[in-house]
Amino acid sequence: MPSWLTIRVRQGSSTRPFPPEEGLPESFRGAPVFDPALCPDGCRACAQACPTAAVRPASHQQPASLDLGRCLFCLECSEACPEEALRFTPDHRMASRTRQGLLRPGPGGVEALDEASRRLFGRSLRLRHVSAGDCSACAAELQALGNVVFDLSRFGVQFVASPRHADGIVVTGPVTRNMETALRKTYDAVPSPRLVIATGACAISGGPFAGSPHALDGAEAVVPVDLFIPGCPPHPWTILDGLLGLLGRIEKGERR
Amino acid sequence: MSAGWLEGGVADRATLRALEGPAFREAVLERAAAGGRVAALAGLPAPAGGASLLALMAYDDRGALEAVLSSPLSSYRALTPDLPQAHVLERELFEQHGVLPEGHPWMKPVRRTARREDFFTVQGEAVHEVAVGPVHAGIIDPGHFRFQCHGETVLHLQIQLGYQHRGVEEALQGGPGPSSAILAETIAGDTTIGHAVAHAQVVEALAGCEPPPRAEVIRALALELERAASHAGDLGAMAGDVGFLPAASWFGRLRGDLLNLLMAFTGSRFGRSLVRPGGVRHDLTEDMARGIAWRLRGAEEELAPVAHLLFETPSVRARLEGTGPLSKQAAAELGLLGPAARACGSPLDARKDHPWGPYRAGGVLLPEARSGDVLARAQVRWSETRQSVRMCLEWLGSLPHGPIRTECGAPRPGRIAAALVEGWRGEIVHLAVTGPAGRFERYKVKDPSLQNWPGLALAMRQGAISDFPLCNKSFNLSYAGHDL
Repeated sequence: MPSWLTIRVRQGSSTRPFPPEEGLPESFRGAPVFDPALCPDGCRACAQACPTAAVRPASHQQPASLDLGRCLFCLECSEACPEEALRFTPDHRMASRTRQGLLRPGPGGVEALDEASRRLFGRSLRLRHVSAGDCSACAAELQALGNVVFDLSRFGVQFVASPRHADGIVVTGPVTRNMETALRKTYDAVPSPRLVIATGACAISGGPFAGSPHALDGAEAVVPVDLFIPGCPPHPWTILDGLLGLLGRIEKGERR
Repeated sequence: MSAGWLEGGVADRATLRALEGPAFREAVLERAAAGGRVAALAGLPAPAGGASLLALMAYDDRGALEAVLSSPLSSYRALTPDLPQAHVLERELFEQHGVLPEGHPWMKPVRRTARREDFFTVQGEAVHEVAVGPVHAGIIDPGHFRFQCHGETVLHLQIQLGYQHRGVEEALQGGPGPSSAILAETIAGDTTIGHAVAHAQVVEALAGCEPPPRAEVIRALALELERAASHAGDLGAMAGDVGFLPAASWFGRLRGDLLNLLMAFTGSRFGRSLVRPGGVRHDLTEDMARGIAWRLRGAEEELAPVAHLLFETPSVRARLEGTGPLSKQAAAELGLLGPAARACGSPLDARKDHPWGPYRAGGVLLPEARSGDVLARAQVRWSETRQSVRMCLEWLGSLPHGPIRTECGAPRPGRIAAALVEGWRGEIVHLAVTGPAGRFERYKVKDPSLQNWPGLALAMRQGAISDFPLCNKSFNLSYAGHDL
């Protein structure tokens, strides 16, 4: 059997460049594209198929929209659509600073923090994770960010053990009533100015647990949110895109 | 015998005779003595208050399931003193329905916030308490752990959960609906396939629908990929906890490679939206099957030397051997499931005992390790990883032709259906009872974690508190699956 040294040589370097050079495989279910201009008159097929009311048909108050913050990427809408007005692409970029920015059609993109905040945080972030009712898929993808493939720490971003050492918190899950106090206390323990990053459909909107009497429909019910990262769960690249966008380290798709 | 046998996973509720409290208790104990196991215990709320109890008995030696039903009760004599494995099931029953199991030794909360008096404390000189959580110092779900220590030695550990309780069973009530399968997938996100298959099988049994053979093989394939990925990831986590970083890095990457195989044909690293009642949603083209098989063989070749390195490095082995031991008897009494139980010598594996689809052809072998310690749990997980990869390769080479989905009709009214699926943590049980309109009147979920968390607590007794992370990783139980 080979020694650790020979295995090490054979394994080589597994760390992938970011942004990913070749993108994600075609099969990956990433950012949806929604073009209501293609919708047949009065068609509500997608809205009826959606289990989380993420798709809203046009009404006289507002145009038709797809809310990435509610979307579970389950394909019910795109399969129900007779005209391919709604389809999923392998694009991993979906994060937004505002809830409004998660609506499609829309420009998308992550607005960087202002100059003063960026100077304060430097080029790095120390974050504390608070799991508040997530099914552990979001947590697993946050954890995967630390492995040798995604290697989060090369970007100066690290998860820390104590909120006292953190610049902000990453919240996953719809925020269960049983976690409300713990989330608030953790947030309070982070020195100001502090960031809150809501990761995954549950933390943004409650996801499939929206309206549950045991949960609060997402992080915003308890703490102010600075960055929304959609997905069920979001791919590690989607999370990274949001974090680096926040730090102003992505421009025109390039890292700097 | 009573008419409670589940044929094809389903029984007609009308043929079941509801037993009075004492008779129900006796019936369950009698069956447990005759080789039955309480796979699930559910309450069916009665209109006039209280609830009827429904015990799902599993006979693992002949793959049979039986439902035992009681008349509406508000209290009964607890099963736990005679059948310790029911301890958490009875506590859950009380919490959900208020049916009191009289004489239960310790009715502490399952998912409700615990009070000070719910915790056991050791008194005495030099005894101290270490309390951790709910928010932990890592990327982990929340739970509260209280250690009673004498120096570094753990005398007792109590694990109090419930922080992730988001109301899964309640949300499933009244289904099946458009979000039912999605809710099942989010019971324990790292066991998306396991719970989705259990849910689909329950709905199919209620509707009297048979998924096509090709769909069953694709489900099994996804289930084994999920198992292999999770086990590989945990072997890496255990390596990390003993400070053996090469294996931690490589297993971590290989876990991702295996998850990416799921993504290659489902579009999601966790296989979200693959399994639906009636079949699966994503087919494998011949090219995809060949590609996945090729990458699996590559992963197999890479995994073996890393595992060898982990198990044969003396300093690693010294940390795994004898840490967190559990006896076969303790495992059986607690009703432990899955790899944690098999590492103690238990023969339980739902793939072998209650097979479906391609598992009917056999091929699931029990692992050899049975010393009950962290080493055995690691070895069991490694041998299961290899076995999963082998099974996947075999199925990829002989996928049955035909459709991947059939129309699954509406569930029949007045039925009791159950499915037992061996997820990577152990046996997942979904149990559904339909009302007169064919809707879920009660949907009961049992993740193996519910049964296994006390196993972790017991394994820590007389161990060093610094061994807790390692011992915990060797079980890696689900908070979300426990809390529902």
